[in-house]
Order: sequence, then C-alpha cells, then structure tokens
Amino acid sequence: MSRNNSTTNQNFIIEGASCASCVSKIEKALNDVPGVELVEMNFAQRIVSVDGKVDSSTLIKTVQNIGYDAKLMSNESEQDALDEKAQADEAHYKKLMRNVYMALGLGVPLMLYGLFIGDMSVNSSTQRIVWLIVGLVTLGVMVASGKHFYVGAWQSFKNHSANMDTLIALGTGTAWAYSMIVLIAPNMLPEVARHVYFEASAMIIGLINLGLAFEVKARGRTSEAIKRLIGLQAKTARVIRDGQELDIDIEQVQLDDMIRVRPGEKLPVDGEITEGKSTVDESMLTGEPMPVSKKVGDKVVAGSLNKTGSMLFRATHVGKDTTLSHIINMVKRAQNSKPSIGRLADVISGYFVPIVMILAVLAGLAWLNFGPQPSIAYAIAAVTTVLIIACPCALGLATPMSVMVGIGKAAEAGILIRNGEALQTASKITTMILDKTGTITQGQPKVTDVLMYNQQTEDKIIPLIASLENGSEHPLAESIVNYAKEQAYSISQVSEFDAITGKGVKGMFNNQRLLFGNAALMQQFDIDVSEASDKAQALAGDAKTPMYFALGDTFSAMVAVADPIKSDSIAAIKRLQKKGVHLVMLTGDNEATAKAVAKRVGIDDYIAQVLPQDKLDEVLKRQDRGEVVGMTGDGINDAPALAQADVGFAIGTGTDVAIESADVTLMRGSLHGLADALAISQATIRNIKQNLVGAFVYNVAGIPIAAGVLYPFFGILLNPIVAGAAMAMSSLTVVSNANRLRLFKPQNH
Amino acid sequence: MLLINILGAVLIVAIVWWFWLYKPKQVEFSDNQVDIIVNDGVYQPSNIQVKAGKEVQLRFERIDAAPCAEMVIFPELDISKELKMGKDNRVILPTLKKGEYNFHCQMQMYKGKLIAI
Repeated sequence: MSRNNSTTNQNFIIEGASCASCVSKIEKALNDVPGVELVEMNFAQRIVSVDGKVDSSTLIKTVQNIGYDAKLMSNESEQDALDEKAQADEAHYKKLMRNVYMALGLGVPLMLYGLFIGDMSVNSSTQRIVWLIVGLVTLGVMVASGKHFYVGAWQSFKNHSANMDTLIALGTGTAWAYSMIVLIAPNMLPEVARHVYFEASAMIIGLINLGLAFEVKARGRTSEAIKRLIGLQAKTARVIRDGQELDIDIEQVQLDDMIRVRPGEKLPVDGEITEGKSTVDESMLTGEPMPVSKKVGDKVVAGSLNKTGSMLFRATHVGKDTTLSHIINMVKRAQNSKPSIGRLADVISGYFVPIVMILAVLAGLAWLNFGPQPSIAYAIAAVTTVLIIACPCALGLATPMSVMVGIGKAAEAGILIRNGEALQTASKITTMILDKTGTITQGQPKVTDVLMYNQQTEDKIIPLIASLENGSEHPLAESIVNYAKEQAYSISQVSEFDAITGKGVKGMFNNQRLLFGNAALMQQFDIDVSEASDKAQALAGDAKTPMYFALGDTFSAMVAVADPIKSDSIAAIKRLQKKGVHLVMLTGDNEATAKAVAKRVGIDDYIAQVLPQDKLDEVLKRQDRGEVVGMTGDGINDAPALAQADVGFAIGTGTDVAIESADVTLMRGSLHGLADALAISQATIRNIKQNLVGAFVYNVAGIPIAAGVLYPFFGILLNPIVAGAAMAMSSLTVVSNANRLRLFKPQNH
Repeated sequence: MLLINILGAVLIVAIVWWFWLYKPKQVEFSDNQVDIIVNDGVYQPSNIQVKAGKEVQLRFERIDAAPCAEMVIFPELDISKELKMGKDNRVILPTLKKGEYNFHCQMQMYKGKLIAI
C-alpha cells in the first residue's frame, strides 16, 4: 500500500460500536468522505485508522452522524488527562482543607473551652443567649464547610439510598438539633441534660473533611505505576522520509516508517532493527536490570531506552498497537478488577448504612430506657457516635486500593497480571508446573563441548561440520552453524548432501565423505567411536546431546549440544521452593536429559517425554487432588495447560498473543519473575486482609462501643468527636496501608 | 417513655421500608441511551429501565469531585470505568439479558440499578 506525501494517517477511538455490522457501517461512511483513501477498523480495539487528506473533525462528525462517537487518538492525551486529574485533585484538596480550617477553627476552641474553662450547660438566660449565638455560628460553619454532606444526604435519601453523607448529616444534625432544643426549650429537659454539643458538630465536620483531604492526597500516589508507564512514551520520533530525517509527533508515525534513534533516546514505537547495533535498556518494561544488546533483525519496543549506539529501525507497531500501550491498557483494566476476597465487603457495605441507622435508634432507645440520668444526653451522644463511627467507606476501599497498588507494583517488575482474581489465586498456589524448554532452559540449543580425536584440530574440523550442517533444518544444526559463525570459521558448499532420518547427515567435500550424527549413524558406516564412548556417556548424563563426526572413514570429532539452563534459574527455583511451592518439571525431552536438568536445578519431581495434551492432563490430575496449580510455560505448546491451570504464567517475549492469553505474563525471561509474581501476590493479599481487618475493627468493634456496651462494665462511652476522628482515620488508614505496598521489594521475600 | 419507644419502633420500620422495601420509580429509556449525572453523592437517574437485547450506552457526567465518584463499577458485567471530571464518560454495555444490573462506586456509596426488560 502506498501513500502519497500529503496523505496523513489518523486513528480514532470509536465508541458505541458493538457488533460486526457496525464496523462495515462506519467503514462505509468514512470511505464516502471525499479525500479519504483507506479506512481500516480494528473491531476488537474499537480503533479506526483513516488514510487521506481530511480534517479530523469532519471524520468525527461523519461517525457521529451515523450514531457512534469518535475521538482522535493521541498518546499525549493520556498524559494530559493524568495532569488534569492531578490538578483537579489538588483543587479538591485545597477546598477540603479550607473546610477543615473553618470547622476546626470553631470546633477546637469550643472543645478546649468545654474541657478546661467552663461547662457547656445552659442554666442561665445569659448562657442561653451566648450559646444561641454560638449555635447559629456553628450552623453557618456546618453549612459552609459541610454543605456537600447535607446535600448528598438529602439527594441520596430522595433516591431511597443511604451513604456516608447520610451518616455524617444525621450524626452532626442530631447533635446540633438537640443542642438547639436545649436552648430554645430548656424546660422540656431535665436540668442535668441541658448540655450543648455544638463543638461535636463542628469538630466532626472538620475531622471528616481532613480525612477526605488526606485520602485525596494518598490516592494520587496509588496510580503511580500507570503514570510512570505513560511517562515512558516518547513524544516525538525521528523519521526518515524521502531521504530526509524529520522530527515528527509520535502520532504521525506510520507502519513501516524508518526511524533513527541515537544514544540516550527513547524508542518511540515498536520495530525491527535494519541498521546499526546498540544496547537497549528495557528495564521499565521487563524489570530486567541489564541492558540488552540488539543487532540487525532484532525486535525493539517502544518506551525502552537506547544506550550506546545509533540505529535505524522499521516501525512494526505504532500508536495503540505498541507493546507499551497494550501493557498500559492491561494494567489499567486489571487495577479496576476485584478479587473475590473483596466481594464479602461489597455485600456488607451495600446494606451497612440503613443497618447502622437502625442500630443508632436501638442504642438511643436503650439509653433512654435503661441509662442513668440524664439519659437523654447519653442517648444523644450514643446515637451521634454510632452514626458517625460507622461509615463503611473504608470497607469499600480496602480491596481496590491494594489491588491497584499491587498490580502496579507487579507491572514495574515486568509482571503483567490480568485481573484481581489471578492476583488472589497466585497467592494460594501449592504446585507450580514448569515447562523445561524456554522456561528453565534458554530454549536455544548451544554447542557446549568440542572434542577432537585422531590428531585433528578444531579449525579444520568445525568448518567442515558447519558446512555439512548448513544444509540441514534440524534445530541442533542451527546451533552448530551459529557456533562456527561466532568463531569466525568460513562455511563452504557441500555436495551430495543427505539427511538420514533419526541418525544424522552425510555429504561430500573435496572428494572426502563427511558424516555427522549419532552413534547409530557411525555404526551404519562402520566407524569405530569406542574411544569416545565414556565421554559420550558422561555428556549425556549432563543433559547434553553428543554427536560424532567422521572424515572419510576416520572418527575425528565429537560435538555436544545442550539447551543451557538460564543463568538465574537455579536461584529462582530455590526462591520458589522456599515459599513452600511444590515444583514439577515437564518436558518433551528424553528421560536422561530431563533427569539431568531436574537434578541440576534441584527439582525432584519431573516428567519426561510429555506431549501438550499430557501437560494438560497433569494439571487436571493435580487439580483433582485438590492442589492449586500454577503453570509456567513459554506460550504455544503449553497453551492448553496454561489455560487449565488455576493461574497460567506465560514467559513472554512481550508478544501480543502471550499478553492476551495468559493470566500473568512475565515480560522478563527469568524465572525470578515467577517468584516475584508470587511474592507480590502474597503481599497484596496480605495487604487486603490487613485493610479488611482494619476496616472491620473500625466498623464492627466501633459500633458497639459507640452504642455504649462498655458503659455498664467500665463506664466508657465514646465521645462523638473521637468517633469523627476514627471515621476520618479509617479510610486514611486503608489508603495509607495500601500505599505501603509500593515499598515492597519482592526479591527480599 | 412508651411514646418514645413506639416512636423508635416506627422509625425503624420507616427505615426498613424507605431503604429496602420501597421500590423507587424507574426512569425509562427505550432508546437505551442514558445520561447520568454524578453529583452530591448520587447517580441521577439511578433507577434506569432499558430494553433487553440491545446495547446500552450510558453517558456519565461527573460534577462531584469527591474521590468516591471517581470510578463506576458494573459488578455483574465485570465492567468498570474511570469517570473524569467535566469529560464525556461513556460506558457501552453489551446487550443485556432481562434482569437487574447494579452499578456503584468503589466504596458502594453511589448506587444505581439498571433494569433490562
């Protein structure tokens, strides 16, 4: 597809499209717009890409005219939205703090007066007048700094629902109204009950506003991970068009554009290197601290940092298709999902407020009926306190806050967790099945040993073997050719090449026969390899595959190839075992190799020669035994088992398929990612439990104390002001505790 | 005293009736496009009747700066959406089967219900 120079590509997010027929409708409408050259809609992502020389507003209008909505996509808009949110939060924080100053400005002196100077009783007409003035001032303050509570309470009452505002409005309203009754009609009440509670109303309004203000601040920090990921996106790209290098906005980059990156620059989009080499720091995406070296043909991803060399690459994924964009979307989605541990709290908080109101009435009645004199004063205090302390908002916050931080934390370590449920289940895994190839090992066979026999030298023999193997498609052949290339040996053309199934290869070079393969091949051609048999056995016991080479009729060399164990697999496996997780290794390899690898990495339980179906059966079998099974694999042949496992961990190179299909994707190739994922999951679930316990303590223990159950035994009745402070503290505690997770270091656990 | 106890009992009955037993009037949207204002601790309208078997488009206008209002969650549908202040926040729901679908904020302080008939 060619594009002329004046053509631009614009991407829009389509909203309202829900069926495949919408796609054709939208594509057709856009195609009809004069100037549009090409329209392609990605239904799954609801993104339409339009080529042509058309104003974006015309295109948006066209989409709107047929009943959908379109929004121009931009990478920066995300950042702007976050900035905007930060500004809005700051403004909200300031407003709340103004309310705090106002309410506490009145409440604190009143409380101090009550405590140290005079009592708050109303016994003379002067006192009545003074307190009446104070009462009116308090009303003014309550309205000025607590209006949102009263309006909210009224609105939700009209809607037949009750919320936090309802409790605050009722609590502070009761305290104020009772005080006014004392002032207006003192004769209705016994002398000892003529006490005013204006300070309580003002203090509660002030303290709850203070709690909300702190919460706004603390919440801003919980979405730090997303902010950081978005911050990774480059704003411009240096594109080569018509032989010229141009700095253009990232949104203008098109597929197949050639892009230049210099040392120290961020990669703007995903691509494949076509020129130059460099080391690239992918740590923010993969959690891998070491920069990775990249050469022509290697893939690079947006958001990583080019360290040393200059390189040219071809854009393969742009806009919302880049790996980074997928990651951001996935983390966002996951952060908003809840594990089932939080559902109980949801059910409870759903019924909480009306129950609390009923409890408050019952507490009031109990005090009036059975309480000491002045029973009405005790009753008012109890009702107010019950209403104030019971706000269930901390209960509602307990789970989402921790999940948000936990999933963000994981993303920073290169672990993508699909949803809250996976996060919770991962903490309970008892058995972890590990695929060998590509998971424990590198998945790429390498030459490990080269042994020469019969006075041959490596520089003579290896070029011959490589030349012979160059014609083979066997994966082991590739490792030998690569080895020769690394050693800078030349590769020549071999004639009469023949692959002998199950045995090896044969060919002719300079009128000499070349044979390379297993012992069976040597036997077939009557080559004596007995002098190497002990060594061959030792190599096989070490998970290596020995192969023999004969030049003419003489056995000349033995080459061993193995899929090396990743450098950090052993340490990571130890970490997993320390967590009490039972490890099982599965592999399609033969028994000897499987045994050797399992022994080397310290896994006792292994199964060799398994097919993809067997992996699935193994997961099922263990699940039937009641084990919570995690499966870790590198994606394709492990797919059925990954899907069946309670939590599937894909060792991903960050491909779309891997990201979309697994419960958890480990961006880093290392098994440490797996141990980290379990550690973060356990820490998050622990954090949620702490939050829930904390919130329950405030609510469930707080309510009876507020109602006065301790009074008959210890003479303790909670002051409404303390209840207000406790309520303000409860949400704050939960949010702060969740924020504590940000400091969690998985490696130390 | 008796009077006060009776009053208390009446109050409890009233609470139960008002918050749990009373079925608030539903606002009907046969075109399945609903504008919802998020302000003062509530969704307005909050009892919404839509047609089953058709996609539902909800447009949330958030005026309320309280952090509670930040997120709307549809637990039965596994959908959640961040509500940005002063922005057009659209939630497209899949075609609904007949039934009731709740939506609420993270703290369950703001509550609403979709009734698909």
